[in-house]
Amino acid sequence: MAFTLYSLLQAALLCVNAVAVLHEERFLNKIGWGTDQSIGGFGEEPGIKSQLVNLIRSVRMVMRLPLIVLNSITIVLLLLFG
Amino acid sequence: MAQHVSYRQPPKQRGRPPVSNMMDPNQLFDDTSASQHPQPTSYTVQGIDMGLPINNFLSEPVADFAMTYGTTIASQGKDMVHKELNRFVSVNKLKYFFTVDTRYVTKKLALLLFPYTHQNWELGYRVDSRLTPREDFHANAPDLYIPTMAFITYILLAGVALGIQQRFSPEVLGMCASTALVWIIIEVLALVLALYLISVHTDLTTFDLIAYSGYKYVGMIITILAGLLFGRDGYYVALAWTSCAIMFFLVRSLRMKVLSSTSDGVSSHSSRNQLRMYVTLAVAAFQPLIIYWLTVHLIRILK
Repeated sequence: MAFTLYSLLQAALLCVNAVAVLHEERFLNKIGWGTDQSIGGFGEEPGIKSQLVNLIRSVRMVMRLPLIVLNSITIVLLLLFG
Repeated sequence: MAQHVSYRQPPKQRGRPPVSNMMDPNQLFDDTSASQHPQPTSYTVQGIDMGLPINNFLSEPVADFAMTYGTTIASQGKDMVHKELNRFVSVNKLKYFFTVDTRYVTKKLALLLFPYTHQNWELGYRVDSRLTPREDFHANAPDLYIPTMAFITYILLAGVALGIQQRFSPEVLGMCASTALVWIIIEVLALVLALYLISVHTDLTTFDLIAYSGYKYVGMIITILAGLLFGRDGYYVALAWTSCAIMFFLVRSLRMKVLSSTSDGVSSHSSRNQLRMYVTLAVAAFQPLIIYWLTVHLIRILK
């Protein structure tokens, strides 16, 4: 399995895209991973599920605009250079 | 003849500057730059044939101005590069990982190949900041010098191994290097993600994790060497030995940080510790797999 740095970048871009298309209302709430359902208490340490839910929400919020830019650049480069 | 004599003298005249190490606590390296002033003047007379024309050239005022301008531009460029670099990577933190000396390196290499007799695995602290690798007596502090050198040595050794089997070409070296680099990045990212998810509050920075994940390249080098020297049997024996050694080393090192870090909630003690134990064991179990994966293609043809 010969990796290049370029394939790593492609895989990372695809993974972040996959996280970004998870819809809050239609999907995450249905399986109990919505952010309004898992606000735990403040005393306890957050468990894995609440950390994951927070991570998904923050990735979706932060990466929305950079993903638009990165995806456009990648599409143009792939069209030009195959 | 005269040029040879004059070139050889300045290195003997260079002595240590009379400044003690304790002047600047943030200074990690000895400052020997003050003593190198006698040397540049000898370079102008180094070439035997070019001595006289260069002297004439440099004595002109235009050339003088050009040299001053050049040095000003160079120092401005250097400052700009430093400022931009400091925005992304904290250079002081990076310097900490490269303050090693010979004693530390030998002790660490012995520890990576035979960690079973080491007693004290705790990292030392000096008033809440970590000891540098040079000061640490037990050689427990992680450094980035050994992983960097081991990585480069691994790439060169892969080239040698492929060359012995007539399978070498320059592209293969680049592919090998980028594959190994990508595996390091994947492993460090997975480890950072795992440590974030189980909410471990330690002072393990990303550089520490890069260091711990780069220590297995020492084992890989030994494995490849054994495979080249002793054939397949030697390869498997060395693979087993270095896998056990690096697994033991990682579990003992990470146990100090990951498993025994302070947690507020006492009620969910067992599940918390169980998760941390799983993460540590998963990290340890991943090492032999990756060592095998990255080295087996190098000795495929050997008997």
